[in-house]
Amino acid sequence: MTVALGMFIGFVAVTLIITWWAARRSQGAAAFFTASRRITAWQNGVAVAGDYMSAASFLGIAGLIAFFGYDGFMFSVGWLVAYLTVLLVVAEPLRNAGKFTMADVLAYRLNPRPVRAMAALSTITVSTFYMIAQMVGAGALVTLLLGSSHISYHAAVIGVGVLMIIYVVFGGMLATTWVQIIKAILLIAGTILLSLMVLAHFGWSFAAFFDAVTRVTYHEKGAVVTRNFLQPGLRYVAPYGPLDLISLGMALVFGTAGLPHILVRFYTVPDARTARISVVWAMALIGAFYIMTTFLGFGAATIVGRDHIAAHGGNNMSAPLLAQALGGDIFFAFIAAIAFATILAVVAGLTISASTSFAHDFYTNVIHHGVERAPGEEVRVARITAFFVGAVAIAIAILLGKDANVAFLVALAFAVAASANLPVIVLSLFWRRFNTAGAVAGLAVGLLASIVLILVSPSIMKIDPPGTAVAARHLIQRPPLFPLENPGLVSIPLGFLAAIIGTLCRREPLAEKGFDELLVRANTGLGAEKALPE
Amino acid sequence: MPREDEKRAGNAGKRSPGTGGLDRPESIDWSGLAHSEKFQRLLRAKRRFIIPAMIIFVLYYFALPLLVGYARPMMEKRVLGAINVAYLFALSQFLMAWIVAALYVRAAAKFDRMAQEVLQERK
Repeated sequence: MTVALGMFIGFVAVTLIITWWAARRSQGAAAFFTASRRITAWQNGVAVAGDYMSAASFLGIAGLIAFFGYDGFMFSVGWLVAYLTVLLVVAEPLRNAGKFTMADVLAYRLNPRPVRAMAALSTITVSTFYMIAQMVGAGALVTLLLGSSHISYHAAVIGVGVLMIIYVVFGGMLATTWVQIIKAILLIAGTILLSLMVLAHFGWSFAAFFDAVTRVTYHEKGAVVTRNFLQPGLRYVAPYGPLDLISLGMALVFGTAGLPHILVRFYTVPDARTARISVVWAMALIGAFYIMTTFLGFGAATIVGRDHIAAHGGNNMSAPLLAQALGGDIFFAFIAAIAFATILAVVAGLTISASTSFAHDFYTNVIHHGVERAPGEEVRVARITAFFVGAVAIAIAILLGKDANVAFLVALAFAVAASANLPVIVLSLFWRRFNTAGAVAGLAVGLLASIVLILVSPSIMKIDPPGTAVAARHLIQRPPLFPLENPGLVSIPLGFLAAIIGTLCRREPLAEKGFDELLVRANTGLGAEKALPE
Repeated sequence: MPREDEKRAGNAGKRSPGTGGLDRPESIDWSGLAHSEKFQRLLRAKRRFIIPAMIIFVLYYFALPLLVGYARPMMEKRVLGAINVAYLFALSQFLMAWIVAALYVRAAAKFDRMAQEVLQERK
């Protein structure tokens, strides 16, 4: 496994050089938070893709397809389609009207302090949950590579945490962006290579490939079964299965446009038009990647087999194990290094969005009423926050351990983004009557509803069969109160409803007056933040 | 230095630059611009594209889990060798997303021009 280590050290060395280069250029708040708004359309598009295609995609979805066939592939679809909401509704108005965070867009019309405080809370919640899932994934991956000792898991988690702190604290958004760009290119290249090798394995015949997919053999409950993996229904079965998929779809389609680490990327480009083109770049890459999960997932199911994957690290290791089966240990190392780089880039993006929100929304605008008391204070606070965020994420990931069932954390992040953030962004951009009471109610209810519903869902509440590893056991050993794994179906309407009811309870003439300003800014770019000169 | 919320109470907000908040020049007649003929035309044009586009893509996307969940026999029909309706429908979603995005980028070029006209009228 020295090859994997070598490749990974190479990646880390390159990213540290970038960080050093970015640190020398990065002066002032706009440079730190937005890379001086000088990122070009293709660069931002690739960086958005790099920020978005997380371990959940590369390892998780490939694993779901390898284990559940078509039902896993349905996940892939939602991840791309979600970008239409980003493109049509949020990217351009956000770039036109905002400065550093999502809450900037709300602060035009609404009373800034309560709204920013709630928005910062929801941003940090989304980012932290998302991050812990990534770090546990990184730890599990390294454990698989270096053998299952606790030392390697801890070392991996601490390594990821320390690196992400270095990128963000020293390199700011500029370094984060380039780490994401390099990672996206590596990930796409690795996925193309792996897909081609799968096709080569089937003699370059799509017919032979799909034929094999219709006859996948594995052990289930002690018996050998053969199933058609192109057929739906292996995972999501009635009565609740289809509802769960719809619920997940809602969280994706409405949540992606509310993910703080994606939204802040649109502040790094010079104007709204560039933001729009960058979404299209991202959609091309993300779409191509998720279509190729067909080859990754089905390839792992047919070439490696469910039984082998289950015995060697579980379904999350499908893609690396496929690489091992097709290209030997060196290719396995290459793919594992890419997966690790993927996690690192996503975690850096999450850290900078959480730190920006804390420093800009909470520290400067809530505590200090929008006044920066000393030059550079906001950036300094963001750097300190990045330290804390990193330390907390390391601590929680170590406490949870490598076998922890963390998939629900990503579902939770999307659900909070969709139920708390999106209703408030949309209503503030499109509804003149919308006001502070509505925004606070929407954010609070959306956040709370998602968390409570996840707590009583089968992700947390479930009776495990005897013999389940302690760390992998569900927290509450009882039948679930809420039947779906994804709360979106209920929590998203609740978020909208709370925002609407909250609004109707109060009248706020100032918020209605401010709507004209937001409308003109969002749609024309008048008064928008400019890119800094070279 | 005035506070962000106090300023809001004044004149929909003004702010000197470099305060960590938002830059909001007072000299712009936002309300007048918002109600100008050209701006209203821009808003209508945008809505005419974005609202139907949202409705179409949401319906098309949620048709996938609905049909897969509740119309299994139809989705399991094989059409191209081993490939069934369900897989083709899932693939078509990618195509749909790219087509809607391409159409939007084309339409948005017109919105950019209309926005420029709104801004020129101000001068």
